[in-house]
Amino acid sequence: MPDSTPFPSQLELSQPEKTFLDSNELILNMGPQHPATHGVLRVILKLDGEKVLGTECVIGYLHRGVEKIGENRTYAMFNPYVDRMDYVAAVSNGLGYCEAVEKLLQVEAPRRANYIRVILTELNRLASHMLWLGTHALDIGAMTPLFYTFRDREEILKIFEKYCGARLTTHAFRIGGCLYETYDGFERDVKKFIDFVPPKIDEYEELLTSNRIWVERTKNVGKISADDCKALGVTGPVLRASGVKWDIRKALPYAAYPEFAFEIPVGANGDTYDRYLVRMQEMRQSLAIIRQAVEGIPEGPIMAKVPKVMKPPAGEVYHSIEAPKGELGYFIVSDGSTQPYRVRVRPPSFVNLQALDLMVRGQLVADVIAVVGTLDIVLGEVDR
Amino acid sequence: MLDALTSYLSSDTTPGQAGNVLWALIYILIVFGGVSVAVMAMNWLERKALAHFQIRLGPMRVGPHGLLQPIADAIKLLTKEDIIPERADRLVFWIAPLIILCASFAVYVVIPFGPTHAITDLNIGILFMLGVSSLSVLGVVMAGWASNSHYPLIGSLRSSAQMISYEVAMGMAVVSAILMTSLNRSGTGTLSMIGIVEAQQQQQIWYLFKFFPLGFLAFVVFAIAMVAETNRAPFDLPEAESELTAGFHTEYSGLRWSLFMLGEYAAMIAVSSIAVTLWLGGWLRPFPNALTGATWDLVFSLVPGFSFLALAAVAWIGVIRMPKDPYFRVQTLGLAAFGLLLGLIGLVLFAPPVRERIQDIFWFTAKVAFFMYMYIWYRATFPRYRFDQLMRVGWKVLLPISLGVLIGTAVVGVVF
Amino acid sequence: MTPVATPFFFYFLSALTLGSAFLVITCKNAVHSALALILGLLGQAGLYLMLYAPFVAGVQIMLYAGGIMVLFLFVIMLVNLDRALKEEQFSRQWLAGCLAAIILGALFVGVLMRGKALFPASSEQIAEASNTQQIGELLYGPYMFAFEIASLLLLVAIIGAVVMAKKRI
Repeated sequence: MPDSTPFPSQLELSQPEKTFLDSNELILNMGPQHPATHGVLRVILKLDGEKVLGTECVIGYLHRGVEKIGENRTYAMFNPYVDRMDYVAAVSNGLGYCEAVEKLLQVEAPRRANYIRVILTELNRLASHMLWLGTHALDIGAMTPLFYTFRDREEILKIFEKYCGARLTTHAFRIGGCLYETYDGFERDVKKFIDFVPPKIDEYEELLTSNRIWVERTKNVGKISADDCKALGVTGPVLRASGVKWDIRKALPYAAYPEFAFEIPVGANGDTYDRYLVRMQEMRQSLAIIRQAVEGIPEGPIMAKVPKVMKPPAGEVYHSIEAPKGELGYFIVSDGSTQPYRVRVRPPSFVNLQALDLMVRGQLVADVIAVVGTLDIVLGEVDR
Repeated sequence: MLDALTSYLSSDTTPGQAGNVLWALIYILIVFGGVSVAVMAMNWLERKALAHFQIRLGPMRVGPHGLLQPIADAIKLLTKEDIIPERADRLVFWIAPLIILCASFAVYVVIPFGPTHAITDLNIGILFMLGVSSLSVLGVVMAGWASNSHYPLIGSLRSSAQMISYEVAMGMAVVSAILMTSLNRSGTGTLSMIGIVEAQQQQQIWYLFKFFPLGFLAFVVFAIAMVAETNRAPFDLPEAESELTAGFHTEYSGLRWSLFMLGEYAAMIAVSSIAVTLWLGGWLRPFPNALTGATWDLVFSLVPGFSFLALAAVAWIGVIRMPKDPYFRVQTLGLAAFGLLLGLIGLVLFAPPVRERIQDIFWFTAKVAFFMYMYIWYRATFPRYRFDQLMRVGWKVLLPISLGVLIGTAVVGVVF
Repeated sequence: MTPVATPFFFYFLSALTLGSAFLVITCKNAVHSALALILGLLGQAGLYLMLYAPFVAGVQIMLYAGGIMVLFLFVIMLVNLDRALKEEQFSRQWLAGCLAAIILGALFVGVLMRGKALFPASSEQIAEASNTQQIGELLYGPYMFAFEIASLLLLVAIIGAVVMAKKRI
């Protein structure tokens, strides 16, 4: 574990001689096992009473060596591994990887495949945001939205299961397009879902958006300015809530996104409340995209002509997509053989987590949990 | 023996005031048993209602629809290993839950279920209730201290700071209600619980509606302060699991923890009784003065019986909807028996002599039950307050409002 | 209201109060002494009740046992007292202490024996039903000035405490 300053390995809480009346620095450990850290994240807090003076995140508890594995698998064999990184939103991971390899191979997925990809990815974005909303509200103390969001997320997972057989780690796409044709009733299911969900999102908003306690817990908590975001490389809803209108779907379009009309919600203050509003708006925009996509799925092949043994020419490519959590990038270096020379994943949660220290300085201990929730990190992605 | 019975039935005061030790003891046992049953019922209701708010079912296996779940919980807690931390202060560790329990149960001595249905009627009734319930803060502080561990100590200090902060606003709201009792012809008020309800009856208005909106504001301030006083959501930061300090009862396990839970629920019922007595007219039926007359009395006296019959009907609907699997036969029979029991109670409550005597107790209990349901509703709906926001609400919002209401009530009471 | 079993309650409450007072000064652990003090205060509240002063009893429980003692406990728990546990329990000047206690005890006994003659004949029982009312009328009537001065004193103490404890927030 990387370290320059020694930190206590056990739960050493305060120096024994001093008393509580002296303002001393307290080192508190939000351990890897904690109900609110969304995975195995260890946050070491330096406190002065209740105020946070500094934090240090210790990660690596979920490191599985995915990138190293990538060097020893063929391109197609590595596809299922990427689902396991951001296991909450697995479809996006697959999309990013497949498109990166397609760039290396210089093939383009057919239009129908792109439409299917967009529909599934946007459904995936909805599912990820719903899970985020439920767990974030639970951390702040509202127990009920969790159950509502999970009930609605079930519908999305049912669609995934009918399409590719898996709910969570879907492996939905292949290099060159999609393997599975849409099942009978896919459009009907998706349309039914689009009609079913907007009142539910209104329900979540009704519970939280104008609730005084929610507003007090989230307004002006975890503020980060646009310049700091850009300096740290923070992307995704965190960046957009600070006022920067940057969305890779519009800036560097991929898949079938250029064909759809949607807006990018932008916040003003960069605090937790704005991030909440931005993500709620993104859910509605995703619904708009899905509606346009499902009404106009073109006919055609779903798989491009890709050689059975994939040997992309030597070179490197960096391709990034707008995952629900931010910019998910794949940097693949090929040396001409069947296995990549290097697969480097740029996970949004890993980069966003760097902003935690800046966001909680000067705030209270109870805000640390709110901020960790609002950054929407998934440890599978942070540690890979 | 018969003399004792007739002496009780012919007395028109509470046993404590009449100096009747035997009946006072019987009342104490009845109240103690009733509160314990109420706590168990509250436990069941909380789990079921919370589950239904969260679109799930709650306990369904232990007994039909989980009705025997509190018993299973009690058995589990009783048979758990009693763990005491190594360097904990054993005496204080043992005493702390007892203090909370005794303080929470001692206030039931003055709670009036009817004009003569109280254990006693202290003439400082409300002062006694507020004073004794403030003793539970001591238990909280001692529980955190005795655990000899950092997290419980911080949690208990926070919890006790929260409780004493909201006691101030509670006291102010109570004083403004007491002020209203002195607005009668003789110009003297009373601190006794039965006297307060009788003053509402005499002044022909529930204090909730008196000098609108002053009485209502005092009630709202008290309602919020009592939720904070009992450490319930949305003011339950000191005992929330997802925060860093896990609360003063972290190191307690098994029976000792169940004493804390018992004390907490008993305190909830006690402060709800204060709210009901001071603002909602205690045992008075709705509209005691607007809708007078024998027919209206009859109509309202039929409500207890009908409510039990409604509960029995709900139980029987549950019986009809039970799956027909032979596995569920015992549960179906149990639920049917329970429904039958409820129906029988309802029928008994229709008999005229019972009807007369049960009126006061029923209306009081119904109002307190409403408050219990609201407690559960708050817990399901609201996020938690952060600790500094919690203290800010207690000192900077509730206290000024209650002071303003107090001054307003005094001015309006003198002027009008 | 007819009193019940007065001698029993009197002896019980007195024993409770005296025993707790003894425990306060002999307990090694400061938290235990504070708890004993709480017990003594509760016993004293019972004695007030027996003297037909219910308001004072109620206020004693509410303020003294429920407020001031909580404050004591806070301070005791927040200040490290390990040192106190290791100190000597009996001081060197115990002879002078005993002498002072004996003189004080003789004073008390003397007052007890000549008690009635020293105090005015105001020992008729006040009707307890209006104890609260009488206290209120006295406090807001003849003793209004003292009442307001006392509350002003408390205000000054609160402001002083807040100013001293305030950190740069």
